[in-house]
Amino acid sequence: MSVSASQKSSENISENRKNKNKNKQPKDRRPNPRTAMILSILFAGLGQLYNRRFLKGSIFAIIEAAFLVTLLQFLNFGIWGLRTLGTIPGTDHSIRLLVLGVLSLIILVIAGALYVFNVLDAKKQAEKIRNGWRPASFRQSLREFYDNAFPYLMTFPGLLLMIFVVIFPLLFSVLLAFTNYNLFNSPPRNLVDWVGFENFVNLITVPIWQDTFVSVFSWTIVWTVVATTLQIALGLFLALLVNDPRIKFKKLIRTILILPWAVPAFVTILVFSAMFNDDFGAINRDIIIPLIGGEGLPWLSDPLYARIAVIMIQTWLGFPFIFALFTGVLQSISKDWYEAADVDGGSRLQKFRHITFPHVMFATAPLLIMQYAQNFNNFNIIYLFNEGGPPVRGQNAGGTDILISWVYKLTFDTNNYSMAAVISIIMGLVVSIFAFYQFRKTRSFKEEGEI
Amino acid sequence: MNRKTKSKLEVTAIYVILAIVSVVIFYPLIWTFGMSLNQGTSLYSSTLIPENLSLEHYQWLFGPESDYLLWYKNSLIVSIATAVGSVVITSLVAYAFSRYQFVGRKNGLYVFLLLQMFPVMMAMVALYIFLNMIGLLDTLSGLILIYLGGQIPFNAWLVKGYFDTIPRELDQAARIDGAGHLRVFWSVMLPLAKPILAVVALFNFMMPMFDFLLPSIILSSQENYTLAVGLYNFINDQFANNFTRFAAGSVLVALPIAAIYLYLQRYLISGLTAGGTKG
Repeated sequence: MSVSASQKSSENISENRKNKNKNKQPKDRRPNPRTAMILSILFAGLGQLYNRRFLKGSIFAIIEAAFLVTLLQFLNFGIWGLRTLGTIPGTDHSIRLLVLGVLSLIILVIAGALYVFNVLDAKKQAEKIRNGWRPASFRQSLREFYDNAFPYLMTFPGLLLMIFVVIFPLLFSVLLAFTNYNLFNSPPRNLVDWVGFENFVNLITVPIWQDTFVSVFSWTIVWTVVATTLQIALGLFLALLVNDPRIKFKKLIRTILILPWAVPAFVTILVFSAMFNDDFGAINRDIIIPLIGGEGLPWLSDPLYARIAVIMIQTWLGFPFIFALFTGVLQSISKDWYEAADVDGGSRLQKFRHITFPHVMFATAPLLIMQYAQNFNNFNIIYLFNEGGPPVRGQNAGGTDILISWVYKLTFDTNNYSMAAVISIIMGLVVSIFAFYQFRKTRSFKEEGEI
Repeated sequence: MNRKTKSKLEVTAIYVILAIVSVVIFYPLIWTFGMSLNQGTSLYSSTLIPENLSLEHYQWLFGPESDYLLWYKNSLIVSIATAVGSVVITSLVAYAFSRYQFVGRKNGLYVFLLLQMFPVMMAMVALYIFLNMIGLLDTLSGLILIYLGGQIPFNAWLVKGYFDTIPRELDQAARIDGAGHLRVFWSVMLPLAKPILAVVALFNFMMPMFDFLLPSIILSSQENYTLAVGLYNFINDQFANNFTRFAAGSVLVALPIAAIYLYLQRYLISGLTAGGTKG
């Protein structure tokens, strides 16, 4: 009520003013920012029209009209689907409805952002005009629009892709965790329902889930820490060795050491998997049995040996990247530091601890953090080596299964989608909190505001 | 023990360590090569140095029975498209993030970077349904689109870090001379950022080439397979039986890739350290 009243009164005022200044240019009319805002809320573009920005106003208005005409029904259906997940079993496909619902949600957010922008723009413009700003010529304002919109234009294609490839699947899986979607309850035969936190509760209370989760989670942590630290340590060690001024043929040695990185990991993991084969693998046949004797080690069938094997393989795969990285940094450390240390009589260990190590770590911290995050989610090596096996009694995950390969099995082998989503969320939170915390500590998070 | 002998001992020790590491590095590679030259398909009777040297597996790969060349072509299409597309998209995004002020600039990239830490398995289900809806399931274009979207946060962060190291005076000078936004981007930023763009291109060329998970879910018909999926299928069912064939196929993939990598490694490292650490 009051809104329309104030709108009316302000319109009256401007009307009066208009009459008063009839002999002057119509551009002199001073728009009221509030009126402009309200008009823009009523229908996008109205405020701009009221500000006498006709082109802009009509563009906004056309966009909203087009939006309403084409998408209203889709959105309505999408939101209904998201709320109910379908009502008629056999006809309504809950998961397709969920996808449509998430998509409509995203479209709504984008539309909402545009709408807010339109309202704020109307207000800003009205304020500007009121403060004596004259709308520039058409060309000039086009130019200005281009200047302001440029960064958005640049990021738009990327943003659009990211919304569909990153945001949309993420929302979908988060929502999935709150449903009862699994092999026995899957569309089109059955409807999927919202179940709240039931899956989360099951994960902690049902023994088989609880046992599996605890053991897989702890192995994931051990795997991440040990494998990544080993590859970093080996990389650093070799980089220091090769960097020694007394060593010759540096270029050749470096090329050899980078080789495991250059060969596609996909191929090497499968090759290693064959080499570690209990019965006919080269490791047992050519190394273990001739050297130690016996029947060879159960690399693939015993959880402990399988774990040792994957850690060794990951070290083999991962150290060259670190080695190459550190080599680059080592060469950039100024000689002055070491000369100064020599003058002070510093030992080699002291030089390493106080000059080399801090330099190297400081320069590469974000990339090292990413190595940890990558190994936490390193699906390829676990799955391709042994498909997460060997199986373990009393669990529904294998001996080398880390969280991500367990999620894969839950999704594609046993079709327990909702539980897989729950575990995905937990994993995502762990990694992103860790990464966020670490990123904050490194300086890459600091920004300089410019232009 | 005087100083000289000590130094000599040390150097010898270093060489010995490096020799051991080299053996560990070369052993599986040479083993694979040896396997690929063995006759027959059984791993059991195969030896590192084949008794009967044969190129039968290589011949088979190029023969009419195999889709190997088709897979090679598919992989190249996906890799090249992803590499080119990612350079274009990420450099545009990074330019905006490095040089302009806009809503979401401060934290936008990091939010995406963190969101991406969430595992992709469940995303696979969503993407599968989505691609199905827009009719891009089992196509290379669908695969390329997903690769392009997924690589943006990390690579844009890398390129932005590199752009930040380019002095602003340079583009300001260009602006004073009348260069527009795109002109500055094209004539100032891009030429200076070549090393990091090379890194992005290379990463995005390699990543799809050997990604196994995504194509194995999205591509269902044999003639659309990429190399990774196709090669995996050689050994998937009866592991021991087709390993020699897999080895031959792998050698033909690994050789050119390793050559490119080793040739470009210098740029890789300099680009990575500059982009990933500053910024």
